[in-house]
Amino acid sequence: MKQVFARPTVLRDVPTHYCPGCTHGIAHRLVAEVIDELGIRGRTVGVASVGCSVFVYDYLDVDFQQAAHGRAPAVATGIKRMLPDRVVFTYQGDGDLAAIGAAEILHAANRGERITVVFINNAIYGMTGGQMAPTTLLGMRTTTTPLGRDAAQAGYPLRVLELLAPLPGVAYAARAALSSPAHIHKAKRAVRRAFQTQLDGRGFSIVELLSTCPVGWGLTPIEAMRWLDAEMIPVFPLGELKAPGTGDGGATT
Amino acid sequence: MARVVIDQQLCKGCQLCAVVCPPGVLAFSLKLNSAGYHPAVLADDGRCTSCTACALVCPDVAITVYRPEAGAR
Amino acid sequence: MMTPALMKGNEAIAESALRAGVRAYFGYPITPQSELPEYMARRLPEHGGVFLQAESEVAAINMVFGAAGAGVRALISTSGPGFSLMQEGLSYLVGSEVPCVVVDMMRGGPGLGNVAPAQGDYFQATKSAGHGDGRLLVLAPASVQEACDLTLLAFDLADRYRNPVAILGDGLLGQMMEQVVLPDPVTSLRDVTWATTGAGDGPARVITSINLEPEALEAHNRHLQEKYRRAQQEVRWESYRVDDAGVVVVAYGIAARIARTAVDRARARGIDAGLLRPVTLFPFPSRAVAEAAGRARAVLVAELSAGQMVEDVRLAVEGRAPVRFYGRCGGVVFTPPELLEQIERVAAEARSS
Repeated sequence: MKQVFARPTVLRDVPTHYCPGCTHGIAHRLVAEVIDELGIRGRTVGVASVGCSVFVYDYLDVDFQQAAHGRAPAVATGIKRMLPDRVVFTYQGDGDLAAIGAAEILHAANRGERITVVFINNAIYGMTGGQMAPTTLLGMRTTTTPLGRDAAQAGYPLRVLELLAPLPGVAYAARAALSSPAHIHKAKRAVRRAFQTQLDGRGFSIVELLSTCPVGWGLTPIEAMRWLDAEMIPVFPLGELKAPGTGDGGATT
Repeated sequence: MARVVIDQQLCKGCQLCAVVCPPGVLAFSLKLNSAGYHPAVLADDGRCTSCTACALVCPDVAITVYRPEAGAR
Repeated sequence: MMTPALMKGNEAIAESALRAGVRAYFGYPITPQSELPEYMARRLPEHGGVFLQAESEVAAINMVFGAAGAGVRALISTSGPGFSLMQEGLSYLVGSEVPCVVVDMMRGGPGLGNVAPAQGDYFQATKSAGHGDGRLLVLAPASVQEACDLTLLAFDLADRYRNPVAILGDGLLGQMMEQVVLPDPVTSLRDVTWATTGAGDGPARVITSINLEPEALEAHNRHLQEKYRRAQQEVRWESYRVDDAGVVVVAYGIAARIARTAVDRARARGIDAGLLRPVTLFPFPSRAVAEAAGRARAVLVAELSAGQMVEDVRLAVEGRAPVRFYGRCGGVVFTPPELLEQIERVAAEARSS
């Protein structure tokens, strides 16, 4: 028998604290696979953020610095500017990146910081118990939108990638989903291209991974994957919004 | 040796593997693991094709997949 | 080579930081310290360092956190409103035991205030590094020369204690020009094996400040407090005509410069005044203050604030002598005749009681 699927070495063989069916586990594995395949474990520095993934450094076996809520792109800027030959990435949720961290992500992207941002969008605040996030859909019930998000009261779901992609400093911006093996294959490709963008020194790279939060959404893991496909993908379209060779693809180095 | 091996202690019984499995060969143990979940088990090795869909979707990376060497079944 | 130069406070601090081996500066324009980032923008790249104007003080302190976590000497500077924004980042630096130096050139507050000199950030600097039980070590220069010397000391202390260190100045100090002898460049190596620079072939390292286990976080806090206890040995102050003083003026920074003149004029009028000038505000020179108060009839604290350091003076004096306070706020700077009047008042009060 030949082994055709194994745990990547950068992903520690330990149980995770994530809820059953939470797609953080899939995202962690994709990042670990890419780090393994690119052979960059020894020169990678991750920046952990605040959300369910606050302990990502317990699972990914690379140097990590933990940032305050929203500040990871600024911390990553400090690291990458000092150590330009290291691979520096952030791993952030939608509250961290699109709410409190909105200024930091915008300006890191605008400066074309040569970092890679892994953006986990599950349309909710998971760690703190299921409150509204900037990416929460209209009509979606959360603990702070108990009657469903109403645009007049709480605005609209924020499409961060569409705001960042036009910036000249952004070299790669892609959105993928983690809701099926087919989607996961494409997500892996996007994660890999994002890290490769940094290795090529082209500029800022970001990959948004549409993810589930079964407990926050009040759905089973299987129902949550279906809900992601049916409700999130229409609002957050998949694809590469910016890539080398697509239209105004990336700033010159 | 089975084509699919599921770590009974890492598995959280989320059932995503079973729903993506094309021949539907995954089931759930009646026993509880140490974390209190009913872990997945390979119920019918004979109809498994080692497609790795289960492993791809498993959030806990609890699944290892094997394929017979060329020439074997 | 130690050639004297005429330099503005803000720029002298920047130049001294370069000589201390600073290779990263992140900041945001704010009066009265913008000359410091501007100097760094011109000169830091010449030294192979990185200057970046951040989008806010919030972003800037986090860039410092990242750079310092990567093992580099990093500097940030600001004034009161920006210092407020940095409190979160400073708490993370303290909790993560990452060193850096932060310069606060204080101005009139609270809120937007104005850009005139003040000393209203004493509480914020000395009582806590943001939320939690962390502290900053705090140095208070009273001349441009001292600002240069304390900049080098600040970086050494930051490394020694793996804790951020604040240099508390004010708009007057930042803007005034005085003759300085710039320090020699530092060449010694630092131990930064804890820095997260890529694990190479070794085990991965983590710089973090989270610990969900209360007992473990308490142990970490005890460790931090132990560092601050050891840091008591770094206490510094200046005693001017204090040994035979019946009226001891306690002031720091620019207020002390003015008080020193007032003390001389008081002496000329036959009042046995003296000046005790704290140079480290944390650790606070409590013992020196207590000893001086023990020999005195009265203590007069003079600050450009509504009264912040005076609380630490009262704690140190512990009733040995009456403690009086005189302060101006809002960017108003008292004058030597004004302080002389206060010394005379306090001396008269002490005589009659």
